[in-house]
Amino acid sequence: MQSEVMFAGFGGQGVLLSGKILAEAAMEKQLEVAWVPSYGPEMRGGTAYCTVVISDRPIRSPIIRNPMHMVVMNRPSLEKFAKMVKPGGVILVNSSLIPITSGRNDVDELRVPVMDIATNVGDVRSANIVALGAFVARSKIIDFELIRQMVRKEFGKKEKSLKINLAALEEGRKAASV
Amino acid sequence: MSKVLMKGNEAIGEAAIRAGCLNYFAYPITPQSEVAEYLSRRMPEVGGVFLQGESEVAVSYMIFGAAACGERVFTTSSSPGISLMSEGVSYIVGAQCPAVFVNIMRGGPGLGGILPSQADYLQATKGIGHGDCRLLVMVPASVQEAVEMVMMAFPLAEKYRNPVMILGDGLIGQMMEPVTFPDHLKTPPSNKNDWATNGMDTRKSKTRNLVKSLYLDPEALNAHNLRLKAKYDRMREEEIRYETYNTDTDYQILIVSYGTMSRVCQSAIDTLKAKKIEVALVRPQNVFPFPEQAVLEAASKSSCRHVLSVEMSMGQMIEDIQRSVQGKRPVHWYGKCGGDVPTPEEVMEAVEKLIPA
Repeated sequence: MQSEVMFAGFGGQGVLLSGKILAEAAMEKQLEVAWVPSYGPEMRGGTAYCTVVISDRPIRSPIIRNPMHMVVMNRPSLEKFAKMVKPGGVILVNSSLIPITSGRNDVDELRVPVMDIATNVGDVRSANIVALGAFVARSKIIDFELIRQMVRKEFGKKEKSLKINLAALEEGRKAASV
Repeated sequence: MSKVLMKGNEAIGEAAIRAGCLNYFAYPITPQSEVAEYLSRRMPEVGGVFLQGESEVAVSYMIFGAAACGERVFTTSSSPGISLMSEGVSYIVGAQCPAVFVNIMRGGPGLGGILPSQADYLQATKGIGHGDCRLLVMVPASVQEAVEMVMMAFPLAEKYRNPVMILGDGLIGQMMEPVTFPDHLKTPPSNKNDWATNGMDTRKSKTRNLVKSLYLDPEALNAHNLRLKAKYDRMREEEIRYETYNTDTDYQILIVSYGTMSRVCQSAIDTLKAKKIEVALVRPQNVFPFPEQAVLEAASKSSCRHVLSVEMSMGQMIEDIQRSVQGKRPVHWYGKCGGDVPTPEEVMEAVEKLIPA
């Protein structure tokens, strides 16, 4: 089984990090992973995306035209990439910033105000982790507990941001199960 | 060491250290600047040296200097930077010094772009420097393979007293994949005291070692070039490396592809198989020397009708493939080199065009 997740947003929204945390969680489960970033002339405010490929067999092409799922943090990315997601996949939309929908009726579109939630837990910068929590809870792509472990590992050295990001992850999970 | 998730560029830096290389000279350029970032932190931890040169030209001569002293040394750059180094590379080949050059290719010509490319194939395999100058060229297809090749490259450079190049497309540097590092390299005892300018006190003999590429006497230069040729011929005998995929079927099409591109082809082959179209792959792991015999044999299989070169260039490896196939099968090309890596779907379309309806 192979699954792919595209994380897309503005540079600075942490989409590359969300993807990395998911990839590490999958690795922890002895799965094969590839994390493929966009590395064009992006910068803070520009668009950035990465694709995480997870498989129980060696990964051949790391280049994916149609990912299974998508986590999308800004409007230009939704407009550009929504049509690529495979039917039946999850599209997680940052509704704090994106007033439109994907326009797809063959996917599971979940709209979560990840930036509002992140602000409530103490730092808007944790919106990527809210989105990750909501996405993993909805798609069940990997055990939620593994993601929690990887968030601990990622932020473990900074007590305050660890607390905020664990709260962000948990609030994301809750938002997905409403 | 257990498996870690690492960016190709960082893994390449770590692999060099584990290969016992403590000298790294470089100049930053996308898409491989993370090697320098990583090693600027890591080299001091292991007692090594990272020095950022004032240009790639300067870097190539820093490499020459360290190599001439018998030190393990390497650099990393990307296409335009490698062009600037090419003069130094030729001098190092001429002076028969070992060194490792990593080219994480971006689009060209000129400044081109910063996205993945394989358009330096001809430069690496045929035109890296003036004179009868050749490098052993290794082409990794994953972060793990990049690590293994970097670790192999240093002893190979010493075996041949010739630079080795790791030629990776931008994705090999930018992707993160799980890697396991082999144990620190155990290398055969160095013969550097026989040739390196590492000080008279390092040997019993009173003979000075001289490192040079200048031979004004035509007979001496010819003899020197014959010695270099003998090394390249030995590489052709001993350093052919490749893998095959789906060659045990009655395939109609043979793809030859390397690096990230070859993995995209493997996905295309898997999907075509489900549609009852058999396609095989020869994936060179070294492109100089080129696996001519393997390509010829795979192309000569009676079921095989066409050979397709799939590369992120406008058709460079195709010349080596045509040379190998010796006219026995038509050789076609498919590729892109603006920076978008072709998808499996695009490779499938290129394959299906070759199959009569």
